Amino acid sequence: MREGRPRSFYVLAVFFAAYVLFLYGPMIAIYILSFQGPQGGLTFPMNGMSTYWLSKLFQGTGIVDLGAAFRRSLLLGLVVMAVTVVLSVAAGMAFRRKFKAQSILFYSAIASLIVPSIITSLGISLEFRIIDDLIKAHWNENFETSMGLLTSGLGAHLTWTLPFGLLIMFAIFNRFDPRLEEAARDLGATPWQTFRHVVLPIILPSVIGIGLFGFTLSWDELARSSQAIGSVNTLPLDLQGLTTTVTKPDIYALGTIISAVSFAVITLSLGAIHVLNKRQAAKGSDAGKGLV
Amino acid sequence: MTDTSDELLQQTSPGLARGSAQTRQKAARLSPSFFSWLQAGPMMIVFLAFFLIPLVFVVIVSFWDYNEYQLLPAFSGRGYTDTFEGCIAQLPELCTIGKTYVKTLKLCFMVWAITLFVGFWVAYFLAFHIKSKTWQMGLSLLCTIPFWTSNVIRMIAWIPLLGRNGLVNSGLLKVGVIDQPVEWLLYSEFSVVLALVHLFTFFMVVPIFNSMVRIDKSLIEAAYDAGATGFQTLVNVIIPLAKPGIVIGSIFVITIVMGDFITIGVMGGQQIAAAGKIIETRLNALQFPAAAANAVILLAITFLIITMMSRIVDIRKEL
Repeated sequence: MREGRPRSFYVLAVFFAAYVLFLYGPMIAIYILSFQGPQGGLTFPMNGMSTYWLSKLFQGTGIVDLGAAFRRSLLLGLVVMAVTVVLSVAAGMAFRRKFKAQSILFYSAIASLIVPSIITSLGISLEFRIIDDLIKAHWNENFETSMGLLTSGLGAHLTWTLPFGLLIMFAIFNRFDPRLEEAARDLGATPWQTFRHVVLPIILPSVIGIGLFGFTLSWDELARSSQAIGSVNTLPLDLQGLTTTVTKPDIYALGTIISAVSFAVITLSLGAIHVLNKRQAAKGSDAGKGLV
Repeated sequence: MTDTSDELLQQTSPGLARGSAQTRQKAARLSPSFFSWLQAGPMMIVFLAFFLIPLVFVVIVSFWDYNEYQLLPAFSGRGYTDTFEGCIAQLPELCTIGKTYVKTLKLCFMVWAITLFVGFWVAYFLAFHIKSKTWQMGLSLLCTIPFWTSNVIRMIAWIPLLGRNGLVNSGLLKVGVIDQPVEWLLYSEFSVVLALVHLFTFFMVVPIFNSMVRIDKSLIEAAYDAGATGFQTLVNVIIPLAKPGIVIGSIFVITIVMGDFITIGVMGGQQIAAAGKIIETRLNALQFPAAAANAVILLAITFLIITMMSRIVDIRKEL
């Protein structure tokens, strides 16, 4: 191609920088504003600097029962993460062979991704209401509800995280060299040994990526939780409830804490992926380790 | 046939054929398709229980009757007739639901056009101008990270900027462009579109970037060698080859915006009517069949748009 950087490079570099600023600028503004002094309001300029609003959340005197919502969101996020990793890896393996119902599963995943969240949420809520009515009519009149964090809520979140997990698995196996498995088989490894000692170590960095997607998508999920989670609230639901009532920086403080957890999970996962990639690069070859 | 011959072989000379007989027996017992079912089954069950069956319930319940207190499981078209109340009488004027859908489509179109423009050039920059793989990874990650944080936080993040006393207004006042705070910056269609673009351009960047990095660079070189200008290369080579990504990104953005009720609620100050908002309002009033009827209508319109778009490209092939 032509020598040097064309003018379009600089134009687009500025455009890209503006986009990144547009992405991060507003978020950084609220992180800063959550450190307002006790007299601070919702806008700049800063009225003093303090951790007043952040600590207020944890005192329990604040606007929401942060502790309980926090634990619920964390629990749900971790369960969603574990289930997403296991089911995505399993289904990803299945998709490497042809099997009946392959395209049904594929199109279910894609449809689940693009059917508006409120419809999925409404459907799950209707389904559990009907289950409740059936239980009340046939078994136990005093039955309250089968909706909850780890029943309808878990299901609702999985309809959002599993399609991402599956698509990431497709991306992994597109680049995977099946000769490595053949070699393991030729050396007498059972299918499980092949998976455990050959396939898994190679795909592990991306599997952590799936876990990262699973946790953070669930941790921040709102639209699917809105109807399907029963009487309890997750942190994002509390946060959304606050947008119409609160006029103090409490809400920014809550936002900062939710973001901090998301960023911590992202950083930890990326760190783990990085370490694993390095290990793979270092240990993947046995050059220089021979007996001679 | 082979099973019995293996058994025979094992009985007659156990030591000799054990290995192959065992593996073959195992293979007969756990056929590849059994494995596939075992591996893919759990995910299929989740989609069945929490996506496909619920969708069927939405359609069924949309034909149920209701009163102020409960669902009545008896066939009724009330969910639909309530929704379209007065629509025929009002013709040729649009009724409330008609206006709401026109407004939703308008918002959708604006967000689509803007995210497509921004997403295309961001993806183009990353795919064609960033040569080092490490930089490419790092910069894509930079665009991806905000997608992983809460949407509500990214919405309320606009308040200190766009509010009546926000940065934009105070800045404009100081410079002297305006002498009164501009009111339409927040809780307006403007802020809704801005927030939607902020939230969902990511869904446009990723698929377009994916199809752009797959373009063979020698094709672009060939175009230059054949004397094409930069613009001609863009229109005749790059855009046609990036089309799958453009279509997939568009499908994501359009379906998200069509069903959105949270962004439109928060950023519109709960004042702007949209298709998703109707469902939410009906749900808050516990009118489940009416909510379900609206969900069915929204689903039908969304699928119509997707079908039209997927005629342009086979999604399955591109993934």
